[in-house]
Amino acid sequence: MKHTHFENIIWDSAECMEPKDREILQLKRLQDVVTRIYNTVPFYKDAFDKAHVRPEDISSLDDLKRLPFTVKEDLRQNYPLGLVAVPHSELARIHGSSGTTGKPTLVAYTRNDIETWANLCARFLVAGGLRKEHFVQISFGYGLFTGGFGLHYGVEKVGATIIPAASGNTARQILLIQDLKPDVLICTPSYALNIAESAQEAGLNPSDLSLKYGHFGGEMWTDDMRKEIEEQLGIMAFNNYGLSEVIGPGVSGECYLQNGMHIQEDHFIVECLNPTTLEPVKYGEYGELVFTSLTKEAFPIIRYRTRDLAQLDSSPCPCGRTTKRMSRVKGRSDDMLIIRGVNVFPSQIEEAILQVPGIAPHYLIEVSRPHILDEISVKVEVQPGFISDKMSEMQALRDKVLRKIHDITGIHINVELLAPNSLERSTGKACRVIDHRKMS
Amino acid sequence: MKIHQISMFLENKPGRVSEPCRVLAKHNINILTLSLADTQQFGILRLIIKEWEKAKEVLEQEGFIVNITEVVATEVEDKPGGLAKILDVIEESGLNIEYMYAFTFRSGDKAVIVFRFDKPDLAIEVLQKKGINVLDSVQLYEKANQ
Repeated sequence: MKHTHFENIIWDSAECMEPKDREILQLKRLQDVVTRIYNTVPFYKDAFDKAHVRPEDISSLDDLKRLPFTVKEDLRQNYPLGLVAVPHSELARIHGSSGTTGKPTLVAYTRNDIETWANLCARFLVAGGLRKEHFVQISFGYGLFTGGFGLHYGVEKVGATIIPAASGNTARQILLIQDLKPDVLICTPSYALNIAESAQEAGLNPSDLSLKYGHFGGEMWTDDMRKEIEEQLGIMAFNNYGLSEVIGPGVSGECYLQNGMHIQEDHFIVECLNPTTLEPVKYGEYGELVFTSLTKEAFPIIRYRTRDLAQLDSSPCPCGRTTKRMSRVKGRSDDMLIIRGVNVFPSQIEEAILQVPGIAPHYLIEVSRPHILDEISVKVEVQPGFISDKMSEMQALRDKVLRKIHDITGIHINVELLAPNSLERSTGKACRVIDHRKMS
Repeated sequence: MKIHQISMFLENKPGRVSEPCRVLAKHNINILTLSLADTQQFGILRLIIKEWEKAKEVLEQEGFIVNITEVVATEVEDKPGGLAKILDVIEESGLNIEYMYAFTFRSGDKAVIVFRFDKPDLAIEVLQKKGINVLDSVQLYEKANQ
C-alpha cells in the first residue's frame, strides 16, 4: 500500500447522530412519507388498504412491519412511472435498473432527490478517502444505470476533479490514468481487475499507477477479490452498495476501516429478514435486506425486498459513525443455485477460486440438467506462469480448485481449466452464471 | 544436448489445435513433430520446431501462452526391441519419465524418442554412459533434413 496514514473525515454530522435521536427523526420521516404516498400513489393506497393499515396507524418504528412489502414485480406492473408520487412536471431525472430481459424498471428523481443522492454518495466517498484535491476517474456506465451519475454527483459535491471516462475502451482508460494521474478509480470490481490486467498486458506495472483509492460497487464481490484488486492496483478498495429502486449508489458504503458498509439510516430504514418466513433475523445472521426510503420525493419506496442477502451489525464503529453496518452481499435469494438440494452462491465459488494460486480471478459458472440431476461446472483461467507441459501438474491444479470449492460449498463441481484470456472481460457488471436449466 | 520444446495449453474444442498451426504456417515455420496430450476438457500441445525462438515470438504476438521446456531426444533402431532397450536403461537407473513420444525420419533406419525428464542433465549422462545416442539440436535437425 502506498500510504499508511488515513485521516477520518465525516462529511455529514447526521452520520454520527445519537441512535435515539435518529430513531425520532426516522419515525417522523416515515409518518410523513406514508401519509404522502397514501394520498398520491394509487398503488400504495390499494396495498395499504388491503393490509388494513392507514397512515395514522404508524405511531412507532415498530409499526413499520404492518406495512406491505414492495417487490420488483410491482415496479414492472406499474411501468413506466406508475409509482411516482409527484406531478411529472416536478421530475428532474429518470433512471432504470439494468434488467437483463424485457423492459427496464424505471425510477424517478426530483431536483431535491438528486441533491440528496449527491450528498449520500459524498458521505461514503469521503469516508473512503476522497478529498477535494483529488482527481477521480469514473469508469462506470453513464446512462439509465444509476452507477455513473450517482457517483458523478457525489464526487462533484465533494469538489474533486472528475474524469468521466465511462465504461469501456480499456486502452483509453489506461492512457487517461497514465496522463492525468487520478487518485481514485470508480467502477465495478470486475472492471477494476480488467483495467489492471490490461495495464499489465501493455507492459505497465499496475501498482505503479497513480491510483490510491478505489470505490467499487454495482455487483457482488468477495473479500478475496478485494485483496486481489488492492494488490494488483496498489490501492485501498472500498465497497459501496445501492440499487436504483432505493436510490442507486449511496444507500451504504464503507469507511476507511473496511469493516461493513454504513447504512444511511437517516434516509433509509433497513430490515434484515428471513426470506422465507419474512421474520427478522438476529444481528450477525444472514437475511434479505428490505429498505424503506424516508426522504425521497419522486419515488418513495416502502419495504422494498432487495433479494440481497447480507448481515447487519449494530455495534459501534471506531470511525465514529453511529449507523448500522451491512456486510457485503453474499448472494441474492434469487441467484442462489440449488444444486442437488444444496444451496450454493456464486460468491462462494468465487471465494474458493481466488484462494488457489495460479488461478485468475475470472470465472464462469454453468448450470445444466442434462438428465434428471443438476450439473454445475465452472470455467476458470490458469495464470500464465502456472501453465505446464506436464499433464500431471495441470490435473493437480484442477484438483486443487475442485477440492477448494468442495471445502467451501460442500458439493462437487466440474472444473474446467482454460488458457489465459479465454473468458470475456466485462466493462460493467460481469456475467458470472449461465443457468441452462432456466432456458429449457 | 537438450532440445527445446514448445508447449501450449488448449481447450478441448474444435479448432483449437488448428489456430496455432495456422500462425506457424503464416510465418513459414515448419513443425518437425508434435504430440498432443488430451483430457475431456483440455489438451497440451507439444511441438518440436527448429526455429523455436521465432515460433515462440509469433505465437505470443497472436496472444498464445507458450512454454519452453527442455527435452531429451534419443536415437533408436527402428526395429523390434529398439525402444525396449532404452526403456530398460531408464528403468534400471531410476529415472522418471514424465512423458514421451516418438517419430521417424523420412530416410534411414532410425527412430527418435523424445523424453521429458525432471532432471534432463542427469538423464543425458546416464543414457550416454550406456551407449545410447542422445541427439543435440544440430544433429536432430540435420538428420531431419536428410
